[in-house]
Amino acid sequence: MHPARSVILFTTLSGLGFGLLIWLGFGLPAVTGWVAFVFFVLAYLLAVGGLIASAFHLGHPERGLKAFTQWRTSWLSREGWASVTTLIVMAIYGAGLVFLDSRWSLLGWLGSTLSLGTVLTTSMIYTQLRSVPRWHSRLTPALFLVLSLAGGALLAGQTRWAVPLLIFAGIIQIAHWIRGDAALARSGTTMTSATGLRGGAVRAFEPPHTGPNYLLREMVYVVGRKHAARLRVIALLLMVAVPVICLILPFSHLLAALAVLSHLAGVMVSRWLFFAEAEHVVGLYYGQR
Amino acid sequence: MTQLPTETDRKMGLVIDLDTCVGCHACVISCKGWNTENYGAPLSDQSPYGADPSGTFLNRVHSYEVQPEDGLAQLVHFPKSCLHCEDAPCVTVCPTGASYKRVEDGIVLVNESDCIGCGLCAWACPYGARELDAAEGVMKKCTLCVDRIYNNNLPEEDRVPACVRTCPAGARHFGDLGDPDSDVSRLVDARGGFDLMPEQGTKPVNKYLPPRPKDRLEQAGAAPLAPVTEEPGGFLGWLDRALDRLPGGRH
Repeated sequence: MHPARSVILFTTLSGLGFGLLIWLGFGLPAVTGWVAFVFFVLAYLLAVGGLIASAFHLGHPERGLKAFTQWRTSWLSREGWASVTTLIVMAIYGAGLVFLDSRWSLLGWLGSTLSLGTVLTTSMIYTQLRSVPRWHSRLTPALFLVLSLAGGALLAGQTRWAVPLLIFAGIIQIAHWIRGDAALARSGTTMTSATGLRGGAVRAFEPPHTGPNYLLREMVYVVGRKHAARLRVIALLLMVAVPVICLILPFSHLLAALAVLSHLAGVMVSRWLFFAEAEHVVGLYYGQR
Repeated sequence: MTQLPTETDRKMGLVIDLDTCVGCHACVISCKGWNTENYGAPLSDQSPYGADPSGTFLNRVHSYEVQPEDGLAQLVHFPKSCLHCEDAPCVTVCPTGASYKRVEDGIVLVNESDCIGCGLCAWACPYGARELDAAEGVMKKCTLCVDRIYNNNLPEEDRVPACVRTCPAGARHFGDLGDPDSDVSRLVDARGGFDLMPEQGTKPVNKYLPPRPKDRLEQAGAAPLAPVTEEPGGFLGWLDRALDRLPGGRH
């Protein structure tokens, strides 16, 4: 799949922003006043910034409000509802912390649950696609959720939680890659099932047109896959190893900032691979994957 | 509404005969011709006369080579457009309700004025039947020529999809696949019509008819004719022998 910048930015930043909101909702750290204000501004900048970035890949962003109508069947529509509800609930909860110096814990827990739900809906947009076997797995929501929790813990300064969560995220990430590498073969969709042609090996002889098309550009993105192995190592180092080392060392603000920035860069590399490595079965019609 | 109907009154669709298709691409051209100037936004081209031409098509013809273990390779031309699936994954993922499946005839359509161009339906389709138009930013797909098949302003023989009407080989058939007695359903039964990617669970309405087995050399009815003579005869034979006897000839 084509790794569009807008979608990578969206899933990375929003995942981190909603991850921070999860921890703030649980009162970890238990901040009020100005400190709470800074935490909430950071969370909202990330969450809303990501949502705005996602609008850039739309053909008609001005009709965006219509996306709230089909929550009965569409995970994308559910994500819209989940994110807006979360942002409203957490704004009220945050206002209590910042301006009234009071923590409405029930509202906080509700906001945390909704934040988790928002990340889940984002991941389900990809997980639901049977046409992309690498994504069609329970490991996809697991990866999105644990990365959001780990990144949120890192931003919220919850070192005790962040270290094990980061390591767990690394394990889920590796599992996602291992399962994903065999996913297309295991899906049972092949050139034979795609064309229904029996009685011999099927080879794509001529494509429909001499040039590329939307399908090939969007669904059969192969550029850079040759660097996948190296990028996986880079992603794991930046996303998990460097932040964990920074957190284990004696605390300093510089190391904490390095941990956050390294994690952010690592998640972006991981998301780039998430898209670039994903094979859509339509590629089989073109003899590609 | 992106909830799929549990049952449609009819299942209008195409039956494509892979045995008969000659790969002329006339259906591609007639489809683009009709649909660029009728239902919805035009089907745009980008740099059509330039070095890297590209454009939106609702129907594309692939060509495949099937190589049996023993025997000669066979070339199969393979037209592909929307299969108007009963369990259409493209419809349920749509966040705006722009994509829908009609209860009355099962046709899957896009209401372009509701489409935000997010592209998720094209991702959900395993067949590559949907293409986002680069100029209009909305999703385009086969409408089964919904503006032809019920169009009383057209002569009756034209009230079929443009691709079916134009096919010079008679490789495309249109009808109600929900009616077991319809011509297309009987054709599918008689020829062993099949679904594309059945494992994807989309339950496509359109069916494909397999290529018939081809004759093989060893099965050919008559043996090659025995030669009447190995040596040339008549005037040319005499000339051949006479020239050979001259100096420098074959002796």
